[in-house]
Amino acid sequence: MTLTDLPTPTFGGGYDGEARPRMGFFTDTSICIGCKACEVACKEWNLVPEDGPLRISGNSYDNTMALGASTWRHVAFIEQAKPVQVPDVDLAAAAAATSGAVTDVPQAREGMRWLMSSDVCKHCTSAACLEVCPTGALFRTEFGTVVVQQDICNGCGYCVPACPFGVIERREGDGRVFKCTLCYDRLKDGMEPACAHACPTKSIQFGPLEELRERADARLGRLQDAGFGDARLYLRDEENGIGGAGAFFLLLDEPEVYGLPPNPASTTRDLPSVWKAAAVAAGVVVAAVAAAVAGGRR
Amino acid sequence: MSARSNGRRRRRDRGLMVPEAEFRSYYGRPIIKEPAWTLEVPWYFFTGGLAGASAPLAVAARATGNQRLASSALTVAGAGIAASVPLLVSDLGRPERFHHMLRVFKPTSPMSMGSWALAAMGPAAVGAAVSDRLGILPGLGRVAEVVSGVIGPSLCTYTGALVANTAVPVWHEARRELPLVFAGSALASAGAASTLLTPAAEAGPARRLAVVGALVELGAAGAMERRLGELAEPYHQGPAGRYARLARGCTAAGAAAMAAAGSRRRWAAVAGGGLLLAGSALERLAVYKAGFQSARDPKYVVKPQRARLEATSP
Repeated sequence: MTLTDLPTPTFGGGYDGEARPRMGFFTDTSICIGCKACEVACKEWNLVPEDGPLRISGNSYDNTMALGASTWRHVAFIEQAKPVQVPDVDLAAAAAATSGAVTDVPQAREGMRWLMSSDVCKHCTSAACLEVCPTGALFRTEFGTVVVQQDICNGCGYCVPACPFGVIERREGDGRVFKCTLCYDRLKDGMEPACAHACPTKSIQFGPLEELRERADARLGRLQDAGFGDARLYLRDEENGIGGAGAFFLLLDEPEVYGLPPNPASTTRDLPSVWKAAAVAAGVVVAAVAAAVAGGRR
Repeated sequence: MSARSNGRRRRRDRGLMVPEAEFRSYYGRPIIKEPAWTLEVPWYFFTGGLAGASAPLAVAARATGNQRLASSALTVAGAGIAASVPLLVSDLGRPERFHHMLRVFKPTSPMSMGSWALAAMGPAAVGAAVSDRLGILPGLGRVAEVVSGVIGPSLCTYTGALVANTAVPVWHEARRELPLVFAGSALASAGAASTLLTPAAEAGPARRLAVVGALVELGAAGAMERRLGELAEPYHQGPAGRYARLARGCTAAGAAAMAAAGSRRRWAAVAGGGLLLAGSALERLAVYKAGFQSARDPKYVVKPQRARLEATSP
């Protein structure tokens, strides 16, 4: 291996026989009702402290504002003045139905469209936070998730601007960085993460990534058949700048509308060119010094 | 969407014929986080660069028999490194865990590589400077001097790689130029500092180094802004804009004074050296502040990514 050949830590690479299938989240925002049970369950299970004084943002029902050191799930609320396609749901029939399948033909109506989405750490395949961490505090678990070892982190803060999603953050008053662990402790005991467990509509689904991807494809197909032309899967594939994500989403509009980057990339993808530029610049330093002394004393 | 209405208002004010590219956002909120770093970091960029470029100057001066200049440069290198370590440790969220930096050796993390470089450079440069000043253990001192001279150049430029290796648009998209901006800034400051500490008759190499460094710094900063295009906006607005203007003014004026009269007039060497040191520090502050401004506005994140998507979609 050379300095410019920088492999992403492989999954299960350090776990010999203990590697497990890669686990993740599929967040289907089309059935999110904005109840914030995920935010509450996450805080309670993980003992995440208060994230500052209560503020009313004025941005719809979102007073959580953003993911951060003390917010590991964040429900976004978007109000759009856009003709809506609302399924004419017969409540009795819906109650009798066993799945969330869209059965009715949607009708275009005037008015507002309300998008809700629960955001979370993406547990990237090529995780910039993990790759830039100089202490090894951030590591890849046997489930393929990315977790901070709090007894190692020294609060250097390098992961904070490295994350292309603005997820990880240094906690005021503590000095270390924190983010979603995908409930590493619960996973070890064969349980699902608190947020997925609390989600009343199964908007947040947890499971082996392969299975989630199949489920997401089927769901997308059903929505598109039902006329939701804007529906799309975000971060489902591995052909993107982060090499795929452990947490991916079904969105009903462009990612940036939800505060997500449209085409995120891990910064270390470009690291070979960065190191090359640094080496060339170091060469310029040497050359400049040599040239300066070559001119004599005066 | 507030970002959209802002966009419209701006457009009307300027009376542009071509509409600005639209971008959408979540209530105009940032997508990426601002760094958690504090002002110790850009000051470390300055002191580390100062030390990193002074160490090879000391070795080169010694090799050409210029003992006075070698001594001055070595003192600057030792002092620069001695100032760097506390700056870095105090910026940590958990300073008492600074030694965790040396748990792993990680080429994907410029901060890890820099920590190792600093761990080797620190004792070498400080030891060499002390040995030279006090005349103790001269043999070991020379070895340490050469070690610090070899590590020094990478200490000047890895900090540019460090900030470039983030998701911050104004840093990441300038990844090819930032190390050179830092190299120029480091050379200018090292040349200037040794000029101030050395009699004019022996300070020729330091003066030339200061002027060459200033030219590299100004040239690389210009190239960086051209490469960034629209993303270079933070260098013309707010605190980063003020620092950048001041930095370039100080650097240009300092280089001019140094080149024109530095060898003949002590006051010109002192004024030029002072301006170059100020310009070098201000340039790092400008880069540092620009990163915060760039991270704060989602348009810098969304627009290039949209452009990338449109360029690759069939």
